[in-house]
Amino acid sequence: MALTRREFLKGISLTVAALGLPAEFIPRMVQAAMAKKRPPVIWLHFQECTGCTETLLRASHPDVAKLIFELISLDYHETIMAAAGHQAEKSLHDSVQANKGKYICVVEGGIPTADKGIHCKIAGKTGVQIIKEVANNAAAVIAIGTCAAFGGVQAAKPNPTRVKSAGDLIKGPPVVNIPGCPPNPANFLGFILHYLTFGKLPALDKLGRPKFAYGRLIHDHCERRAHFDDGRYAEEFGGEGHKLGYCLYKLGCKGPQTYANCPTARFNDVGAWPVGIGHGCAGCTEPGFWDNGSFYERLPEIAGLKVDEAGGKATGAVAVAAGVHAVAGVGRKLAKAKGGK
Amino acid sequence: MVKITVDPVTRLEGHLRIDAEVSGGKIKKAWSSGQMWRGIENILKGRDPRDAWMFTQRICGVCTTVHALASVRSVENALGMEVPLNAQLIRNLTQSLHALHDHIVHFYILSALDWVDVISAAGADPKAASSLAQSLSDWPNNSIKRMKAVKKQLNDLVASGQLGPFANGYWGHPAMKLPPEVNLMAVSHYLEALDYQRKANEALAIIAGKTPHVQNVIVGGVATAINLDNEATLNIERLYRIKSLLEEVDGFIKNVYLVDVCAIGALYAAWLPYGKGVTNYLSVPDMPLDTKGEKFDLPGGTIMSGKLDSMKSIKSFNDPYFGKNVAESIAHSWYNGDWSKHPYEEETAPKYTDFNADAKYSWMKSPTFKGKPMQVGPLAQVLAGVATGDKLTMKYANKALKLISAVAGVKVGAEILHSTIGRHAARAIRCAMMSDLALKHWELLVANIAKGDLEIFNPPTFPKGEQRGYGFHEAPRGALSHWIIIKNGKIDNYQCVVPSTWNACPRNGKERPGPYEASLVGNPIADETKPLEILRTIHSFDPCIACAVHMVDPAGGELAKIKVL
Ligand code: SF4
Repeated sequence: MALTRREFLKGISLTVAALGLPAEFIPRMVQAAMAKKRPPVIWLHFQECTGCTETLLRASHPDVAKLIFELISLDYHETIMAAAGHQAEKSLHDSVQANKGKYICVVEGGIPTADKGIHCKIAGKTGVQIIKEVANNAAAVIAIGTCAAFGGVQAAKPNPTRVKSAGDLIKGPPVVNIPGCPPNPANFLGFILHYLTFGKLPALDKLGRPKFAYGRLIHDHCERRAHFDDGRYAEEFGGEGHKLGYCLYKLGCKGPQTYANCPTARFNDVGAWPVGIGHGCAGCTEPGFWDNGSFYERLPEIAGLKVDEAGGKATGAVAVAAGVHAVAGVGRKLAKAKGGK
Repeated sequence: MVKITVDPVTRLEGHLRIDAEVSGGKIKKAWSSGQMWRGIENILKGRDPRDAWMFTQRICGVCTTVHALASVRSVENALGMEVPLNAQLIRNLTQSLHALHDHIVHFYILSALDWVDVISAAGADPKAASSLAQSLSDWPNNSIKRMKAVKKQLNDLVASGQLGPFANGYWGHPAMKLPPEVNLMAVSHYLEALDYQRKANEALAIIAGKTPHVQNVIVGGVATAINLDNEATLNIERLYRIKSLLEEVDGFIKNVYLVDVCAIGALYAAWLPYGKGVTNYLSVPDMPLDTKGEKFDLPGGTIMSGKLDSMKSIKSFNDPYFGKNVAESIAHSWYNGDWSKHPYEEETAPKYTDFNADAKYSWMKSPTFKGKPMQVGPLAQVLAGVATGDKLTMKYANKALKLISAVAGVKVGAEILHSTIGRHAARAIRCAMMSDLALKHWELLVANIAKGDLEIFNPPTFPKGEQRGYGFHEAPRGALSHWIIIKNGKIDNYQCVVPSTWNACPRNGKERPGPYEASLVGNPIADETKPLEILRTIHSFDPCIACAVHMVDPAGGELAKIKVL
């Protein structure tokens, strides 16, 4: 893509003219064009609810203004871009052409594949086509949210539009999953900052999730864990145990099988997270969490141990006592708890 | 005659396409088409009704909270349940705090760029911008220093050649009329809006666990544990943190947002005649003050043909006037057949047949009330308040109209609200009302807790057999309702009739256009290749298309290519 100096200057003058700016902007733009570019980012939306984008509006370090004005060049993002229709399409096309193989592509949403993908179209193209043209030409792809990472809510049974994840369809660039419904913005931004600062991907788990955010079970760092271990459970919303901040396992908490940093990263800069206010973890960073039973039914199994319906008694208790402690000190306490009192 | 298509319509949630016929510089006819379909309602079949809110909230992350509220209300309505007063008040705080964030974001991030020329702001005089802003309000952050800093930030961005989201905007468009100083002031407030919407969310997260997608609303009440003597629950420290954040946001809403909308609206006074469209209005009462849902702080009801004296109030969560009169038509929607049915009776067989303006052209259905298309949203709600003489509505409606009159230099009354700009003004009025109400319901909650009431939950029980119920909620985008049929404790049918479907729907069985389509007719178009004016009117409704199209069936038609004109 080597431009001659004349072409280059001409391009700049055209840009300045197109923007209706005075000619004095030309030298500044030339200078800027020679300087280090902010890395281009193209953000695609498919079958989603825009919650992942909304979550970015809640981020504070960096906040969204710093992110888009200083750290990255957000060349295409349907929710916030000024342009629409043909002008929006032009922004997308321009950036893909100019930055082929160099841009970061963010995918928000699952991609429907039933009936050749007609259930989601943008500018007349199906999601599947757009993935091919845009995502496959990126340097790296971030699948933000559980929809892009694992299909999400529209992929819940019976998955009517046969939704696939970004990773299922993308060929070529590495795909990093940042699941969550929506994910903590710190996890998305953490990835971006890591990538820009160290120039490489962070360590990922086997589901393609960065270990810095999805390395441990919620249950491992949960503030209510001591109550779990000692058998103090909330039995009903608003009940005694609930009012005392006891463990939410019996109210359906999925923390024991969910990998995420919610208890350490927290949300919205006020130290909040769902378990913190009294609602069990929904398990939203895991594939298929929509089909793992009711959000209000206790997990039948913890760390491989079947838990007796009647009273939190682990049927694997003997094995635990024999020293499978590493998998589940939990089982021991649960067994001891007998009825969870 | 020129035919134009805007696809994608950006700065909104979801995938929307607008087609319009233009001649003599005006829109003659328009079509609104939803371009995405997910099938949440079908996914709900056979599931536990207590889980429905968790799914439906994922219909939309912009209108997060609203589908959670409507969903739990529908299940409670089917079971004939009440919720404890604390739960009602925490839900009210949840909805009002969310609304503050939502309205601020809508004006500044999603629609201001239709009126404000960012590039023109780069050439503004910061001194003049500051004195102009100070003449409108005494907001401390309108100083010369601030305006200078914003101008520099903007110039640096422009000079970088990487305009990011501002690239290819409609800068210098003939319909952009604001002087550079007003543009600079607006850009400064755009950046501040990002901070204040975040604060509203911080307050919300304290009671809701997180946002977007709150996790405190449950069938029977809320999950937010209250205990003044515990560090892990809603206690006085958490309550006061909510209040302080709320007060900061309140300042921005009253001194900046409401003022900007009125001032910019007045400077675009030439636009006041445009964008009226459908003048049947529907709103539902909300912010309940009791456990049953019979007394409310926000009035709601219907107004027909723009006549305020036709106002008929909806009185309770059970009012049959609402329950009986909603229907949906599929005459122009990509579903098999041509019927109009009550939500309980709907069954859906999708049939995609390409965009065909004379036949079927959208995934959205066409909702009707007593057979008529209705406009929903803050405008409908504010008009209901004006029609019933609601004090709080009048307080801010009068303030807004006074300010618009002062800046425009002509006296205007409530009739100007039936317009593109009027929808923005009504949203700002509602936002100021919601800010007052958030503070009021915070006080009510504290007072109730002070009485020793810590109840937050009535456990639901699901009897054998069939129960039907609906739950409505006056969401930031207008009247939302969920309709559920429960059979033996499982969901048998679930339908959502959402604000953006009311507004963005295609023509109904009687060929009556929906509110978007009707409101575009007569809009000027200065340059058909850059249809900025379409965005203005569409954005004034605050579209949310993921909400509007949420039905799906495993069947589905063949792909026929959509032509982008
Ligand atoms: S079950 Fe849930 S609430 Fe209890 S300790 Fe584990 S993660 Fe925390």
